[in-house]
Formats: sequence, structure tokens, C-alpha cells
Amino acid sequence: MSDSTINILKHNLVPEHVVLTPEEEEAFLVQYKINRYNLPLIKTSDPVIKMLEEEQNISLKGRIIKIIRTDSPAGEGVYYRYVIE
Amino acid sequence: MIAMNEEEILLFGPPKKIKELSFGVLSPEHIRKMSVTTIVQADTYDDEGYPINGGLMDPKLGVIDPGLRCRTCGSKFGECQGHFGHIELSRPVIHVGYAKEVYDILKATCKECSRLLLPEDRLAQYHTRLEEEGVRGSIRQAIIIEVLSEAAKKKGVIKDTTCPHCGTEQAKIKFDKPTAYKEGDKKLTPSDIRERFEKIPNEDVVLMGWNPECARPEWSILTVLPVAPVTVRPSITLESGIRSEDDLTHKLVDIIRINQRLRENLDAGAPQLIVEDLWELLQYHVTTYFDNEVSGVPPARHRSGRVLKTLTQRLKGKEGRFRNNLSGKRVDFSARTVISPDPNISINEVGVPLFVAKELTVPERATHRNLERLRGLVLNGSEAYPGANYIIRHDGMRKRVSDITKDILAEELDIGYVVERHLCDGDIVLFNRQPSLHRLSIMAHEVRVMPYKTFRLNLCVCPPYNADFDGDEMNMHVPQTEEAQAEARILMRVQEQIISPRFGEPVIGGSQDYLSGAYLLTKRSSFFTRDQVAQMIYVSDIPSASLPEPAKIEGDVPYWSGKQVFSLLLPSDLNIEYKAKVCQKCEMCEGVNCKYDAFVRIEGGRLVSGIIDGATFKARSNCKLLDKLVKDYGTDTGRIFLDSVTRLILQATAIIGFTTGIDDEDIPKAGAVLIDKIIFEGKEKVDKLIETYRQGYLEPLPGRSVEETLESKIMQALAEARDKAGDISERYLGMNRGAVIMAKTGAKGNMLDITQMSASLGQMSVRGTRLHRGYINRSLSSFKEDDLSAEARGFVSASYKKGLNPKEFFFHAMGGREGLVDTAVRTAQSGYMQRRLMNALQDMSVRYDGTVRTNDDIIVQFAYGEDGIDPAKSTYGKAVDIDWIVHKNLNSHTEG
Repeated sequence: MSDSTINILKHNLVPEHVVLTPEEEEAFLVQYKINRYNLPLIKTSDPVIKMLEEEQNISLKGRIIKIIRTDSPAGEGVYYRYVIE
Repeated sequence: MIAMNEEEILLFGPPKKIKELSFGVLSPEHIRKMSVTTIVQADTYDDEGYPINGGLMDPKLGVIDPGLRCRTCGSKFGECQGHFGHIELSRPVIHVGYAKEVYDILKATCKECSRLLLPEDRLAQYHTRLEEEGVRGSIRQAIIIEVLSEAAKKKGVIKDTTCPHCGTEQAKIKFDKPTAYKEGDKKLTPSDIRERFEKIPNEDVVLMGWNPECARPEWSILTVLPVAPVTVRPSITLESGIRSEDDLTHKLVDIIRINQRLRENLDAGAPQLIVEDLWELLQYHVTTYFDNEVSGVPPARHRSGRVLKTLTQRLKGKEGRFRNNLSGKRVDFSARTVISPDPNISINEVGVPLFVAKELTVPERATHRNLERLRGLVLNGSEAYPGANYIIRHDGMRKRVSDITKDILAEELDIGYVVERHLCDGDIVLFNRQPSLHRLSIMAHEVRVMPYKTFRLNLCVCPPYNADFDGDEMNMHVPQTEEAQAEARILMRVQEQIISPRFGEPVIGGSQDYLSGAYLLTKRSSFFTRDQVAQMIYVSDIPSASLPEPAKIEGDVPYWSGKQVFSLLLPSDLNIEYKAKVCQKCEMCEGVNCKYDAFVRIEGGRLVSGIIDGATFKARSNCKLLDKLVKDYGTDTGRIFLDSVTRLILQATAIIGFTTGIDDEDIPKAGAVLIDKIIFEGKEKVDKLIETYRQGYLEPLPGRSVEETLESKIMQALAEARDKAGDISERYLGMNRGAVIMAKTGAKGNMLDITQMSASLGQMSVRGTRLHRGYINRSLSSFKEDDLSAEARGFVSASYKKGLNPKEFFFHAMGGREGLVDTAVRTAQSGYMQRRLMNALQDMSVRYDGTVRTNDDIIVQFAYGEDGIDPAKSTYGKAVDIDWIVHKNLNSHTEG
């Protein structure tokens, strides 16, 4: 993976993935009256997560990822996922 | 929630809320504790017919005879739900339901010290993983499977086969389904297994996925067997006075008999072999008591040879307790009968037979406003219509209204009483047709009481129910509370469902003769006299219609065009343009001047040009006008339009007349010759292709063999021939023929069907290839082997009208059979698929914050459908139809 020459994050079929900051996570969880285990999941083995971890040089396990899709009929479709192993 | 009355609250205290449920395995102590008696006798009743104490029908187990009282709780029949007893088993046996789990645990634990076969550090790791927050459901299950398989593998081929705790060498465990285990060559008895399980420490039990507080592994080996209360297995007394016992009782008799024999033999110190045999027999009986369909075990049978229905069989499957008695029940206030059409009632209505209306009732509470009316109903009694069947007093006493009591009851009737009156016109009911595949399979209709014995249904509501009148039956349910009635009326009424939530286009609308009739009404040549127009307006119930200026006057007689009449149904501010179904898709659209009159333009509620047909109001076909009316003017307008337009069209059809016959497929001589020539040329082309192939000159297409290439080229040539023949027949068959009108307006059939009737059937196929199976290398014995010609491979050049020769007829039957089989298979498969989907998705809901969640609050979608759009309220998937808004505003702007 590390010597891959393609940055999949920039591929036009890969929606934008944003790592929420701890403050944002807090606000998000309050907004939806939810704890993080009730979110849809994404594995650390997911190529996008691997790529993000590599880029930012951090472990994303236990963090929440915001996925912004622009191909939705409503314009912008936002989705959140909780990162697990 | 079920409301409790005051008496019940006094008896049982206020209703309690269930906080949680816990599932576990019954421990022997628990079984003994909940048991009211041990059962030792294999008999049920003595010679006098009294139940034997300590027998299977012990009176302590509950009451099944009316009039007696329970020996345990003192309640009467019907009040006492029964009490468990128990049987002390002479030797432990495996519970079939846990056989697999027993095997898993045997493999994962040490034969000596009963610890999990994992080193301490691994155990600690797994403990922390399991205790992590959010670990549950499938994630938790995955960890447990990991633990079990990691512990079990150690014994197998891989590396260390010794216990990391005590160092004992482990032997390989074999599982002989359904209930026998072997360790190496040695048999493991249930007693051995139980002994091992008892020693497993609680910490290890947790890692194997069991909660030791309510499910210790050794409890899966039975030492005590619970005996179900008699209320669960009542015996029936036949007319002849002979008692007949329930299957479960029979099975329990077997168990007790063998259990006793085993005990006696054990006490007498019988040889090992005999004891083992009896033990095995006991295991068999206990196994079949739980489940009589275990593979590898012959099912226990009744003396007559009938297979016994034991515990598992009672619960499982379509006729089991879950699907038949808990998920689905029989209900009161419902009716079912044959349906028949009635074009004169509204789409919102349902015709209810009088005898049904007198049986089904609506409770109505008496107030000072309706007291006199209700009193009148009660006075009518239950036989006359409209009447009432019951009145309910303040104290909840129900009184039947009969000819004798009706006068007294009417007198007694007071404010606050509830009268269960007959179903009346305008009451709201739910109407349903199975299979209930989507939410439109149950809709709310307004009652219209009618004579005769069928439910009457407007034809426009057939598509959502998928109903026809070849003997279909439908169900009706009467909501009993005001709340339910209001909910049904607001949410479920037919007119609210015109637009389907699935396609975002009308599912309720015209079909068949409404479409051909609309064509007859609105074609350019249709003119009507004053009388005819008046008749049409009257029948279609158009409110405040005023006759426009006549379109033409011939002699002294004024005539109105069909387009003018149709315009009377439209809102006066409606502007819309679209292409009708009859559109020929010319390269250059001539708009209003279209020679087929296929360009529909409505200006200010006037139909200026165009034919009204399928594109206007046909159900499920992307119809423009109905869709626009419902979305822009509301469901009331939509319903009124549909009700009126259908009646208008039927009247117009009655005036003009419409027919179809075999002469609709007559093609003039010149055309017939042309068609024959085209078919002949097609066959010739095929022969040429075969010739080229035989000589080896055929160039294969990329990715295909020569044979495949030939086959596809032949298919192409023949399809082309058929299409050309179709074009010719279409050219000769004009809109003056009924069959063509039906096909082109979308009423019934299509042009291909007409081609097949008039010109040629074309190529028959099975599985997408030309017919070739049947005999060796040929389809029928009347051809030579490897004959690749059109005729030999199922090309039918005849038309239905001309008639098929025997070979053609057989080919046609082959193709037809495939179609039938496909539909049969498809419905079965899609039905099962849908059932599974429904079970998986049923308890998800859209919450107030717009998210879709499961019942334990796990988010599935952050907005419904990931875009939050309701297809029924949007236009073709878009939230707003910008084009339409611009179009509308531009128009009003230029006008203003």
C-alpha cells in the first residue's frame, strides 16, 4: 500500500472522507442523541481509512468519519461511520 | 396497550412495564422449583376415568375440564394456565437443541481440568475484548467463534495438543449426529460430559458465549425433564366416550416407561449392555419429545403410523405457533367475499353487500347530538337496516338488540351508552387483497351499502391491488375507534394513494377500455349533438359545467367536439404540453399540427390539440395529466377527475360504439404479397448464410465461434424479416381498426401482437436460442439432422390468423411452455426473497430527526433513502420540478 502511486482519495468515484475532530464528534453525538456504537461501521482495513491514516500519520480506530457524497439527488448526502478494527 | 378495567387493577395491581427479558437454560434446581409434582406413573386416567395422582394428567398440573378447580392454584378452567411437573431421569441425556453447543465446548475444553484450551494471556486478551464497550450482536458472536475455534484447533493437527493449564494430552472429539460423542475410540456418555462441564470455571464459560448466571453448560445435559402442564396437551373426549391423548402426552408416556425400566435395571445391577441399550432408548425418546424431525433419527410414530407432532413441530414453520398464532391471527369485524366491478362508484368507495353491513358494526357513543338517531337505530333492531346489534351500558354490560328487547333497550339508551350500529354509507373501512406485497394492498375505502353479495370496486383501483374479476376475493376490516377511523381516513384513503411511493407516478388510473374510449372521445373526427353532450355531462357528474360555443354548425345543427367535452373536466388554469401514446416519434415533431393528433396541448383548461390516451391517465405508465393534477391541484381534484373522466368515457364509448374482430387483422392482397416476399427473402438470406458457413467462408465475430456467429446472424436476419413484415402490416392497418386503437392507445396489447396475428409469428425460442433440442441434432423427426434452416429451428412464418401447420404449432407450444414455467418459478422465488427482506427490514423506522434506525437505535441511514426525498411528493426523483415552475411562471407572466 505504501508504495502505491495512486491516491485513491483523489479519485472522482471516492466521496470525500473527513475525520471529525473530538469536539465535532461530541457535538455530532449530542445532535443525534446517540452513542458511537450505534453508527454504521467502517473497518480500519478499508482502503480509504488506510490511506487517511497513512496521510495523517494517526490511528483512526475509534474515530468518526464523515463521508460527503455529491452524487445524491438532494445535492449533498452526508453519512457518518465509526471506525473499527 | 391493553386497557385494564378497575377490577383487574384491584386484583393484579397496576400494569407493569417490562424492562428486560433474559433467555437462559433451565437448571435442574429451577425445573424442580417450578414443578408442582414429580410424575412417576406412565398412566393418565384410572378405570373410573379419574386422573391418577403422580400420573401424566395429575390434577395438580392444571384444569382442562370445565367445572373443576385446579388442585394447585384453585382457579377455574380457563383461568388457570397450568403448572409444570417434572420427571427425574434415571440417567442424564443430551438435549438435542444444544447438541452442537455441547460438541463445541467439548472440543474447546480440557478432558482433565475442564479449562478452556488457551493460555492465560490469551484468555485475558479475549476477556478485555469482550468487555469493550459496544461489543455485541454479530461482533460479539464473531469473537466467541474465534475463541472456540482457537481453543479447539490446538487439539487437532496443529502444534500443541496438550492443555496449557494442566499439561494433559487431548484426544480428538468426534460428534456422531445427533446426540453421541466419542473421544478417540472411547464413547462419551452424557454423564461423563456433564461431569466435565460442571468443572468449567465461570470465567471460561463467559468466553464461550454463555452467561453462567442463567445458562451453565452442564444444564444442557438433562437430569430432570420438565413436564408441560396439561393445558398445553389437553386430552379430548370423543363422542363415543373414548379419551384421546395429545401427542406430547404419548411421548411423555414413552419417556416415563423407559425411564422406569432403566431405573429398575440399574437397581437390579443389570449387565452393562442392557443398561446402555435402555439409556440409548431413553435418549431417543427425549430427543423426539423435543424435535421429531431430527436428521438421522427415525421419527416417533403413532400406532396408526402417523408421525407425532412434538414441541419443535408445534412452533416451526408456516403452521407453527409463531407464524400462525403470534405474527398472524384471525380477527373480528372483518369480511371476505368475491369482488366485482362497478364503474359508477367513486375510487374512494367500496360497495358492501347489505348482508355484510348488517353483520359488521361500528361502535358509536351516544351524545346529546346523536342520541335520537341512535335510538332510532336501536328501535329498528338487528334485522332491519340500518339497525344496531348491541348496546353497551355505562358499566360495560353488553346487551344484544333483538326483536324482543329492542323497545326496552331503545327506551333505556342514554348519553354515554355505546351503540354498535350497522355499517352505513360513508363509514371508513380497510380493504385488502392478498398477496399484500406493498402498502397499497391495504387502503381505506368509504362504505356504500348495496344489494347482492359481492364487494364492488371501481376499476381504477384494480392496479394497486392487482385485482381482476375472474373470481378474486378481498377482505374488509372495520376500524373500531374514532382514532383508528381518522387515521385510516387521513392516511390510507384511496385518493391519497394515487401516486405510488415506489415510482412517484400514478398507480391508480385508467386502463383498457377507458383508454380506447378516450381515443374515441377526443379524436379529431368526434363530434356530438347537444343531447349527447348533455347526456355525457350528466352521467359524469361534472359540477357547474356550462356548455361552450359549439365547435361547428352543420345545417342548423350545432356540434361539439369530443375535445370540448373533455375540457370540461380540467381546471381552468391548467396549461400543459406532452406527447400522446399514439405518437409515432417522427424525426421532426410538427407539434399542434401533428397528422396523428399526438401532440397534446392544454391551454387554460382547454384541450387545444392531441388525443387523450394512455399518456394522459393510464395507471403505472408515466402518465402526464393525472400526475400533474394530483401533484399540483391536490388529491381531491385527482379523485374527482378520475371519477368523472371514466364515466364520461364510458358514456362516449356507448354513443360511438367500439368493437374488435378477426377482420381487424385482414391485410389487403397487396400487403399480404409483400409480407410473403419479405419472409421468403429472410429465409433465403438464412440459407445463404448457412451455405457460406458450410463452405467455411463465414468470418467469426470477435469473441465468438463460427457457429455462434452463424446463429446470431441467422437470428438477426429473421428478426429483421419479422420486423419488416410488422412494418408492412402496420402500414396497412390504420386507426380505423379496433385492435390497432387498443394497441396504440395503450389499452391492451401492442403492435407486435397485431403483427403476430396478421403477418407472421416469427422466431420461437427457448432460453434465448432457436429451438434445437428434442431429437439428436434436430428439433423434430421431420427434419434432417443438423438442418440449420429457419423452418427446422422453430421459425414460424404463418400468422395466427392464417393458422399454424403441425410443426409450427409444436414449436409455438415449446416457446409458450417456457414462458409458463418462467412465471411459475419467478413468483415462487421472488415471494421468498421478499419475505426475507421484509423480516430483515420490518422494524426500521424513520425518526423525527429524519434518520432511519433499527429498534435498538442503530442508525441505518442519516436521511431516508440517503436524500430524504419522498418519491410520491417529488417529480421523478427531483425535489422540485424547476422546468415546470419556470414554464408556469413564464406563462402567467406573459399573460399578465
